[in-house]
Amino acid sequence: MVNHCSLFMSPRPLRLRKISNPPIISGFKPYGNRKSEGEPGTVFLQIEEYEALRLCDYNMFNHHQASETMDISRPTLTRIYARARQKIAEALVLGKQIIIEGGKIYFDSEWFSCSSCGCYFNNPEKQEEIKECPLCKSNNFSNYEQTYIEPEESMTRCSDICICPNCGFEQPHRFGCPCKEEICPKCRHNMVRKGTPHSRNF
Amino acid sequence: MKVAITSTGNSVQSNLDQRFGRCGFFIIYDTETKGMEFIPNPNKDAQEGAGPASVQLVASRNVQKIISGEFGIKIKSLLDSLKIQMIVFKEPEKTIQEIINMLNS
Repeated sequence: MVNHCSLFMSPRPLRLRKISNPPIISGFKPYGNRKSEGEPGTVFLQIEEYEALRLCDYNMFNHHQASETMDISRPTLTRIYARARQKIAEALVLGKQIIIEGGKIYFDSEWFSCSSCGCYFNNPEKQEEIKECPLCKSNNFSNYEQTYIEPEESMTRCSDICICPNCGFEQPHRFGCPCKEEICPKCRHNMVRKGTPHSRNF
Repeated sequence: MKVAITSTGNSVQSNLDQRFGRCGFFIIYDTETKGMEFIPNPNKDAQEGAGPASVQLVASRNVQKIISGEFGIKIKSLLDSLKIQMIVFKEPEKTIQEIINMLNS
């Protein structure tokens, strides 16, 4: 039986993997090759595979903890980890060099809140420590648990209206669903966002 | 160092815009030369993708910090990989001049 999904549909998009720190080196080079028969080649280790290896083998996390740290599912983490070990073994056995690059990733940063001016800010340069508030230069800031970009909150805050360009039917916009994918229940026409695009209540 | 501030209008008397992707104007302020550049936001009325397009516009000016009232859900990972600092300042009454004074103090 042929899997029809694999024939006619593109695969599900990958979930972004959360990386806490970029690797401090960009690869490894072998030395002392005993059988010098041309170039042995290169293994490209993705940054997400490096991160999985770091969490599982260096930090000694189990796969469940590691998957939560990277914000992916446990089976996905296990697949990434297996790929990482396979690639590193290949590099060791065949004497290939390792280059760490690529992968569908984003770097996480921590958030701070300043009690003098009431602003929130993050620290994209992890190597450097924050010494003062970037806005008011005071040092009355503290670590802030990231809760304010919760989707639930944005869902209640969004007060937009989807409108049907054909018959004028209006309905409240649903968060996460593009208006043009909404279908008007009266005339089966695709809907659009009403008025100025973002009229949120703050 | 360059700082981007989202503004409702094109003068220093206008208020801080509480949206990032669909703000009225971007103000690029240089803390060393004290120079200012006003860029009208072409993505103001975009149906979708205003945030990433605005990130691209602001990043092309080599800013290191962005001050705005709120950032959308698609923005954070982009700015993290570009190493641009986000400053969330939820005070719609503050004028651009007041924010620039805070940066200079």
